[in-house]
Amino acid sequence: MSLLELSGVDKKFRGLHALSDVEMSVSEGEIVGVIGPNGAGKTTLFNVICGALKPDSGSVRFAGTDVTGRKPETIARRGMVRTFQLMRPFASMTVAENVSLAAQHHTRGAERLRDRAMEVVERVGLEEWAHRPATELPTAGLKRLELARALAARPRVLLLDEVLAGLLPAEREPVLDLLAELREQDGTTLVFIEHIMAAVMRLSDRVLVLDQGAVLATGTPDEVTADPRVIDAYLGEEPTPHADA
Amino acid sequence: MTDTAVESRREARSAGPAPPLRPQNRQFAVLAVLVLLAIPLPLILPSAQGAVAVRILIFLIMAVGWNIMSGFGGMFSFGHAAYFGLGAYTSAYLLVEHGVSPWVGMAAGMVVAAAVAMVIGYFSFRYDLKGAYFALATFAFAEMLRLVTTSSDAVNGAVGYQVPLIQGSSVWQMQFPAGSPAYFWIALVLAGGAVALSILFRHSPAGRYVVAIRDDELAAASVGAPVMRHKLLTVALSGAITAVAGAFYTQYYLFIDPQLAFGSSVSIEAIVTAVIGGIGTIWGPVVGAVIVGSLADVTATLLATPPEFLSFLQGRSGLDVILYAVMLILIVRLMPKGIFGTLADKFSERRRR
Repeated sequence: MSLLELSGVDKKFRGLHALSDVEMSVSEGEIVGVIGPNGAGKTTLFNVICGALKPDSGSVRFAGTDVTGRKPETIARRGMVRTFQLMRPFASMTVAENVSLAAQHHTRGAERLRDRAMEVVERVGLEEWAHRPATELPTAGLKRLELARALAARPRVLLLDEVLAGLLPAEREPVLDLLAELREQDGTTLVFIEHIMAAVMRLSDRVLVLDQGAVLATGTPDEVTADPRVIDAYLGEEPTPHADA
Repeated sequence: MTDTAVESRREARSAGPAPPLRPQNRQFAVLAVLVLLAIPLPLILPSAQGAVAVRILIFLIMAVGWNIMSGFGGMFSFGHAAYFGLGAYTSAYLLVEHGVSPWVGMAAGMVVAAAVAMVIGYFSFRYDLKGAYFALATFAFAEMLRLVTTSSDAVNGAVGYQVPLIQGSSVWQMQFPAGSPAYFWIALVLAGGAVALSILFRHSPAGRYVVAIRDDELAAASVGAPVMRHKLLTVALSGAITAVAGAFYTQYYLFIDPQLAFGSSVSIEAIVTAVIGGIGTIWGPVVGAVIVGSLADVTATLLATPPEFLSFLQGRSGLDVILYAVMLILIVRLMPKGIFGTLADKFSERRRR
């Protein structure tokens, strides 16, 4: 049975058809990569799934219930948590406070909350920044903070919007390891938007390709990268040059 | 990240000491010391200064109320006179028309102010009024209340209410002989309670959500912060605390009219006090109230009995407003986080190094 299921999701911004009739199904424990050219509607898709935007039509079902158009906080509390491509830290707080805020809907008590936050902070490797203002973090740190905050909210489904963008190749490795570990150890289901094809190929069980708001193709990484329509719309003649862009 | 990388980074910079697990404990201790130090003040100060001290405490309660909504919550109110006035009018009305104790009237005023704040808040948030638009909506609402009370015979119109005088003194009637230290002590309890509430709120799960929502609403919602509920809670608490100031004001000055209750100068005093002291901090409103409250007295004296070379000021008004404006500009230019906020930042920065 699928944990997250979209059917006929449609979203228009004035003249722009941002999402048209998107069908998508993610099973528990699956890792799904979402790729597509800029402006294909990937982030809009996340916004609709997580309640930041209401779709014009269609439905989003999560864990057997219809969550279409529900408030973002309701959806997050049910276990579907996203990160933001453009990092959005709570600017007045330290790194640890940012993370503990995300844990407070399921954890009470100052000690337990701190322990839980520090656990997550250490897991993403930000411990030496824990008590510094979040705004002092460099880009790579802010990306990790996005991830940490989402993890602290205890996601069943984690939606990651370009967590690797802006990271040096050496900085990507530990993040990729962590994502793989999340599935293995925590059983978290992952849906991730990514431009770095090497990461998509390595991590995904399945890949969904969006182009101009519509699902162009879906399948295993190998199937998708061999699909002539995908090559045409996104990958270009040679898929490899993108591998470490 | 590899272990060696972690090690080298750890050497390169120290994380600094972990903050205390419960910072509110220290703040409560500071508050207790301040209240204890303030208790003997009315017995020491000459009676004129005693009145200034009470005025300072009224400013303090107003600023604490404003700071919860506009400092912690980031919803900039330009109309806190609405809540101050509702506190003042509810208690005055109940006392004069129905002989209800001002304490009960104060509690009723808090409830009314909280309810009204939630109604204004609900529609503002529902229709996504933010920043200057939200400020304008709050301002318009306070003005509306001023006009409605001015033209309503049911609440004595422009004449307002005079608190009926009683013989002797009575705590239950909140009335004492002029210059009695009891007024100061009551104000001190109310102000201390307001600050305590503000500390409690700031460090509660709800208060932390409110600050997160101020910092980034969508990010907060995306990790499970119920946005609307917390915004409404914030404006209700803010309105209720500000109403206390209004109810006490009426008892202390024995008089209230629409201009004193709902006039924009009330809103401005609340804002200026909190901004000068430090928006969004616990102690900013306290520091601000001491400064603005004393200054209000200095300007009033200056206007009543100006020295020889300033004799043209005799009998004029508005000097306090000019002074507020100048101070606001200077603070915003030089110490955008207010006096307390800026000093606290400097201190914590030095400690981390």
